[in-house]
Amino acid sequence: MNKSWITQILVLLAALVCALLVGAVFILLAKSNPIKAYGVMFTGPFSSKFGISETLVRAVPLLLVGLGIVISFRSGILNIGAEGQILIGAVTASAAAAFFPQWPAVFLLPLVLLAGFAGGAFWGGIAGWLKARLSVNEILSTVMLNQIAAQVYIYLIRGPLIDPQQLTFGTRAPQTALMPEGIWLGRLIPGTRLHTGLILAVLLAILVYIFLWRTTIGYRMRAVGAGPEAARYGGIRVEFYLVLAMALAGGLAGVAGSVEVVGVHHRALEDISAGYGFSGIVAALFGRLHPLGTIPAAILFGALILGADMMQRAVNIPAAIVMAVQGLVILFVVSSDIFLRKPGYAKQVIGSIFSRKRKKEA
Amino acid sequence: MEGILTQSILFGILATGVRLATPYLLAALGEMFVQRSGVYNLGIEGIMLLGAFLGFFTTLHLGNPIFGILAGIGTGAILGFLMALVSVTFKAEQGISGIGLYMFGLGLSGLLFRLYVGGITSIKGLQPFSVPLLCDIPCVGTILFRHNWMVYLVYILVPFAWFVLYRTTWGLKVRAAGTKPEAADTLGESVDKIRYQCLILGGALAGLAGAFLTVGQANMFVDNITAGRGFIAIALVYFGRWSPWGIMAGSLLFSMADSFQSMVQVLGIRFPYELAVMLPYLVTIVALAVSFGRVWAPAALGRPYERGSRG
Repeated sequence: MNKSWITQILVLLAALVCALLVGAVFILLAKSNPIKAYGVMFTGPFSSKFGISETLVRAVPLLLVGLGIVISFRSGILNIGAEGQILIGAVTASAAAAFFPQWPAVFLLPLVLLAGFAGGAFWGGIAGWLKARLSVNEILSTVMLNQIAAQVYIYLIRGPLIDPQQLTFGTRAPQTALMPEGIWLGRLIPGTRLHTGLILAVLLAILVYIFLWRTTIGYRMRAVGAGPEAARYGGIRVEFYLVLAMALAGGLAGVAGSVEVVGVHHRALEDISAGYGFSGIVAALFGRLHPLGTIPAAILFGALILGADMMQRAVNIPAAIVMAVQGLVILFVVSSDIFLRKPGYAKQVIGSIFSRKRKKEA
Repeated sequence: MEGILTQSILFGILATGVRLATPYLLAALGEMFVQRSGVYNLGIEGIMLLGAFLGFFTTLHLGNPIFGILAGIGTGAILGFLMALVSVTFKAEQGISGIGLYMFGLGLSGLLFRLYVGGITSIKGLQPFSVPLLCDIPCVGTILFRHNWMVYLVYILVPFAWFVLYRTTWGLKVRAAGTKPEAADTLGESVDKIRYQCLILGGALAGLAGAFLTVGQANMFVDNITAGRGFIAIALVYFGRWSPWGIMAGSLLFSMADSFQSMVQVLGIRFPYELAVMLPYLVTIVALAVSFGRVWAPAALGRPYERGSRG
């Protein structure tokens, strides 16, 4: 058991290193020094209080999104709609705060977070329902829902939910009103942006672990993921659990959106998601689709995203490189799976290449 | 007077629709071969993005859009090969690897654009070419025969794809690999080889579709220029039930709606802008939802082929 854990971690790190090596080629193409660039990228996030706190600030939404991904992937449904679910969660959370500003913070804060959960759950649930009822491919429907959510979001924060001050001053910047200060999440380290959302995210990770591995519902969801037909013969209502999985995944992404609002920006504004919906997928895969494994993975990718920003400032490599590297990480991780499942497969592949060559020579 | 105006608007919508359908059609025809051979390539959005950038970039530097188109095809073929390596040789989960390829294409095209271009730069793309005589036919001429040559080529590709799929030995092998890979294997056909060929072909067509966006339509590149078109093309494969004619019908239906939507905006008809932008995506979801009434799909779709396994 111990040994297999070590192998898994080594394979993951190898995948990351391979992706970074390909990234190094692009840095060379940009006529920069990859060693210097990666030096900034990897030491920057860990060398100061600012770096560490900002890494964790980014890890919070990654972890929350990643937990949703774990639930959905484990249930056999590939949710790539977290980007849209974050936006819907952020906007429903802001709406809740705008409609009940007089409520005491003890009630308003939970309401705001629940509103974010509900908004994301609704948005994710649509894709789940489409899959369960009409067998609409969830990857396609969630991509479409992402695009639709982006328009709904921008319409709401530019129109009905716009900050009244923006109207009085005539600046019309697309953002909602500042939330009452009472519900802002407290700072964990004074002088940084690190907020108590981190504790919430870690608690939810433990909760998701218990839910998936220690409850009947969680067991059934994993059974659906392992084999829907077998699960159906076992008397499990597959359709119901598909919708539930997508609603929970969307809900967690929605919580990520609302935590960004109450913890970091204190209002909904443009570009609030910053690609967390996709990076969360990478974090979940890197955490071997385990809620607790996703915690360190989210921190790692939080550091990578922050490091890329620092690299952009230091050596002028556009931070867009981090998206390309994450895509490669996914490709390497899913490709390496076969070698974990079948240790002899590498020899087989190499062998077949060589035998083909020999055939050609002969 | 008013009658002439509405007529010319209608012709405009139809002609634009015919042109807008081409990238969807190209990418979807490629994906059709891929899925017919039993594999999903859900990363064609990423391939299109890189094809779009490199097509644009090559045209910008070499001047002639033909080089841009070749660059798009080449980029797509390479990425298709990469996808084949991941999903055929390494038998990776095809949905997730598609997401990886999409993120890779999105990130890399954005990176290269910032590194080598930086801002909005326009290129001299493909020029319209009126087919002699045919373009003078009333109504039809304006709608069908005043496009750039790529548009004609793509529509000729539809019957050609049908012929290849249903009337050639290779097409038969492709269909066998997608419905009964064990049978193809028993007859001595390498399932893996057929799937590699289809993924490379599909990649090349997706790269071409991307290059067409920059070289044949927009004449420039912006971040995320495809805006979901690759995913919509996959949806059109389902909607068209894996047949070239069905895919063409779906692409046209879709692009006409798109063209109508943009015309509504140009004419300044009061219609919420955001709703107009989200319309194509809503239409896609509806199309996916209604196309599942009668389910037929290549039987081995999404299932990696393992020799000796009983499937």
